[in-house]
Amino acid sequence: MNQTIGGVTVTPELLMFGGIAGVAAICAVGVVAFNNAVRSALCLVVNFFLLAVLYFTLNAEMLGITQVVVYTGAIMVLFLFVVMLLNLGGVKLINEKADPKKFVGILLGCGLFVILGAQILPPMLQALPLKVSPDMAKFGGPEAIGRTLFTEYVYPFEAVSVLLLIGIVGSILLAKRRL
Amino acid sequence: MNGVPLAAYIGLGLFMFTTGVVGVTVRKNPIVIFMCIELMLNAVNLTFLAFARYQLNSARQSSEQIQHSMMAGQMMVIFVMAVAAAEVAVGLGIIMAIFRLRDNVDIDEMNLLRG
Repeated sequence: MNQTIGGVTVTPELLMFGGIAGVAAICAVGVVAFNNAVRSALCLVVNFFLLAVLYFTLNAEMLGITQVVVYTGAIMVLFLFVVMLLNLGGVKLINEKADPKKFVGILLGCGLFVILGAQILPPMLQALPLKVSPDMAKFGGPEAIGRTLFTEYVYPFEAVSVLLLIGIVGSILLAKRRL
Repeated sequence: MNGVPLAAYIGLGLFMFTTGVVGVTVRKNPIVIFMCIELMLNAVNLTFLAFARYQLNSARQSSEQIQHSMMAGQMMVIFVMAVAAAEVAVGLGIIMAIFRLRDNVDIDEMNLLRG
């Protein structure tokens, strides 16, 4: 039997979401807390992977797969590559000594969380998903995404292609031996 | 996931975004700062998808409106991912160039533009 705590009905789905979100949140903290950049990167991989699972629960299957391929595949490999090339692990571990900046930053972060949460979260406690009929369940699939991307959003799509081209040219320029 | 309220997703996104902000503020390693920026972008992505799937008002919407709202959120996520990919490629290139130039990437010692 589902029970209600503070106006929120506790369902099995909510418990499952709580597990996934809890691990994702712990990994997010790990990214910031670990002193070693490789450990931070691995925490971020786990976090992105769990986010992909959450995208699946939101009926965004295509974007869940894209998340795994683009973020946990490409971007994190790039990060680990740079960590390896810089090799800051043993010799030149950046001195993260305890300074007042750290304390103030954490305090301001807690303040930001409380202020935003108090404003945003209460009205949303009762909002439940749109009733999705079977023919709408495929809105997250590749066909619907592709159709929308190439009809309604074709100009933003072209703008993004130009942006990626500029990114490629810029990174080639930055990789030249003499800047 | 029909039993999960919208606030759960938004709460997770909020927590991840705040963690990213704290990381950008307190860390000194530019690579970790970049990871925290990725964390913030992903928090925003999660928020977009959650709002695409849920509705706040109980007004009845037509099927076309629902489709439009769901697709708009997913399109934004695709564009955010593209921007993140370009940003990471260029940003990590800049970090590598600075490292070759100065043999050090401590963010607190980068004060070339200080007045």
